[in-house]
Amino acid sequence: MTAPRWIPYALIAPAALFLAALFIVPLVQTILLSFDGGGTPDHLANYRKMAGDLNFTLAIRNTFLLVGVVVPIQLALAMGMAVMLQKMSTGRDIVLWIWTIPLGVSDLAAGLVWLALLQNSGYLNTVLFQLGLLDGPTPWLNAETPVTLFVGIVLAEIWRATAVVLIVLVAGFQLIPKEYSEAAEVFGARSWTAFRLITLPLLKPSIQSALILRTVLAFEVFAVVYALGGRNMPVLVGEAYAWQYENQNYGVAAAYAVLVMVISLAATVVYLYALRTRPETQP
Amino acid sequence: MTKPLFAGALALAAAGLLTASAARAQDLVFLSTQLRPIEEAQKVREVILKGAPKTTYVVDEPSPFTVRMRAEQEAGKKTVSLVGALHGELQPLLTFNALDPIDDVAAKVASRGIPAGLMELGKLGSGKQVYIPWMQATYVMVVNKKALPYLPAGADVNALTYAQLAEWGKALAEKTGSRKLGFPAGPKGLFARFLQGNLLPSYTKSMVTEFRSAAAETMWGDFKAVWAGVNPNASSYDFMQEPLMAGEVWVAWDHVARVKDALQQAPNDYVVVAPPAGPKGRAYMPVVAGLAIPKGAPDRAGAVALIEHLTKPETQVITAAEVGFFPVVDAKLPADLSPGVKLLAEGVARTQTAKDALVALLPIGLGDKGGEFNKVYFDTFQRIVLRNEPIRPVLDAQAEVMRGLIDATKAPCWAPDEPSTGPCPVK
Repeated sequence: MTAPRWIPYALIAPAALFLAALFIVPLVQTILLSFDGGGTPDHLANYRKMAGDLNFTLAIRNTFLLVGVVVPIQLALAMGMAVMLQKMSTGRDIVLWIWTIPLGVSDLAAGLVWLALLQNSGYLNTVLFQLGLLDGPTPWLNAETPVTLFVGIVLAEIWRATAVVLIVLVAGFQLIPKEYSEAAEVFGARSWTAFRLITLPLLKPSIQSALILRTVLAFEVFAVVYALGGRNMPVLVGEAYAWQYENQNYGVAAAYAVLVMVISLAATVVYLYALRTRPETQP
Repeated sequence: MTKPLFAGALALAAAGLLTASAARAQDLVFLSTQLRPIEEAQKVREVILKGAPKTTYVVDEPSPFTVRMRAEQEAGKKTVSLVGALHGELQPLLTFNALDPIDDVAAKVASRGIPAGLMELGKLGSGKQVYIPWMQATYVMVVNKKALPYLPAGADVNALTYAQLAEWGKALAEKTGSRKLGFPAGPKGLFARFLQGNLLPSYTKSMVTEFRSAAAETMWGDFKAVWAGVNPNASSYDFMQEPLMAGEVWVAWDHVARVKDALQQAPNDYVVVAPPAGPKGRAYMPVVAGLAIPKGAPDRAGAVALIEHLTKPETQVITAAEVGFFPVVDAKLPADLSPGVKLLAEGVARTQTAKDALVALLPIGLGDKGGEFNKVYFDTFQRIVLRNEPIRPVLDAQAEVMRGLIDATKAPCWAPDEPSTGPCPVK
């Protein structure tokens, strides 16, 4: 006896309705709001205000810089960690579990943890001072020290979100049939060659998913930057927040939100195209 | 037997919760953006509201507060009968028509002796009374006594000028090895209020009209010299009590409520003085929190009774003693104030009674553009002081933004600018 054909649709209906009500409706409202000229026919007023703001170019630059630095490092790190996990026979689960702990920490909390480490009265300052390497409390996280501030944010982001990439890659590794690596061994391939010519191509779909997930999240970076840098390092979502709550101009905030969405969509399209795989190349 | 027991307990608890919320629903809901910290909220519930009609005191941050009021207004389902918030936070509520005119209540509390100027603020430029002044405060300078030996020669800490502040900051930085002046220029700090309420009017006797005058140009030049002595972490300071207590900053400007903890903790370490003066006087900005009744409030009569209770001289004195906001009515503060609050009270008195005092009012009539108005000042500061852009072109560009905001809201001038008939001109 086969199940009626409508069953799958009925099963996804609740999720679809949930998404429609809580995601698509607000999304459409946000887009409409961003083009709202406040009673005038000038539908681009919010976008012009956004582009003319003194933090706009800085926010774009900082956000792209962060994504450009953080995502490749995280991919490389996660790849290394995933390979190590593959080779482990005992204790694998415990290591994986420890590595994914940061996933359970909210991003604002993670930012505050790193703030406690890096601020001028923080742990790192104290330790370096007691070792005699610093003369006194040294600020690293203000507008006069943009490089250390950026490094601090990059560190916190790597700590916080590498596990997202790791989990997707670990799952991907487990999908690769053992026969391939056994065959490579039989034919005497070195491990680097096997990794480059067998593992990487077979892992491509997972890398693609991990990159899309991580990049979209990285463009939305906010809480960590806000906790560590406050106003010193404007990023796109931070500007949306400031326009919404501090400047109380919901239209410009919506314009920022739409811009972040467009950038994320564009990044997704680029990954889908650049890392596309033909079905026949997969096991 | 454990399962039924557990279920029974759960049912009981649920019933308890239900009755509690039912009882609550009948209480008057008083929503406030002020006195939010748990200890202060408890003081309100247990001490300040004693003898008042049965009230549920609820607090919310300013931005969710506006959103909640707008949501209640748009949904037509009102739960809040009384709101307590700052002048600038009540102003946007008027733009979506969420507040009930309360001229009747103004008549009832007329005998309390609330100064006419404060009552006028409560009209928000609308011609009708929209809120009743509740408590007031202002911005002061808190000075750690350790900084006093470094005062420039001939300077009186109670009558500083901006030039002396710059010199003092420089001396402190040179002698102590770190920059010891502090301003709350962080994301939640009130630094924009310093620029518009203290600094600019002290040089120009204006907040809007003379925004790009030659005097303003001089002021920004002078302030760059002050900033050279300001701690580089200032752009993350929200409440100055923290860097003061940490000893990171020795001379700080902030709202009295945001330095109170430092003063309470170590009243013997600090003096509280008036902010510095410029060529046109010692400008300061009185802060007013007001009480307003939402349109369609479920218990308007109760709210009126509560306003009467909160503006009684006795309640006002208790409020000052317990939470450090000062009376808006004619009431004498008791002699046995806690040492921290006493310091604050002295600082406020010094600010208000300084010979060269110049009152700069909170913006009036800007509707929901108050946030963007603050941004004009903060952006100007960022560009001139932090990014070192030439002063004249920045002032010209930002004056245009300011003019756009004023024209869009048609707000007439407020003190210290001369009254205007149309929108306040930006020269």
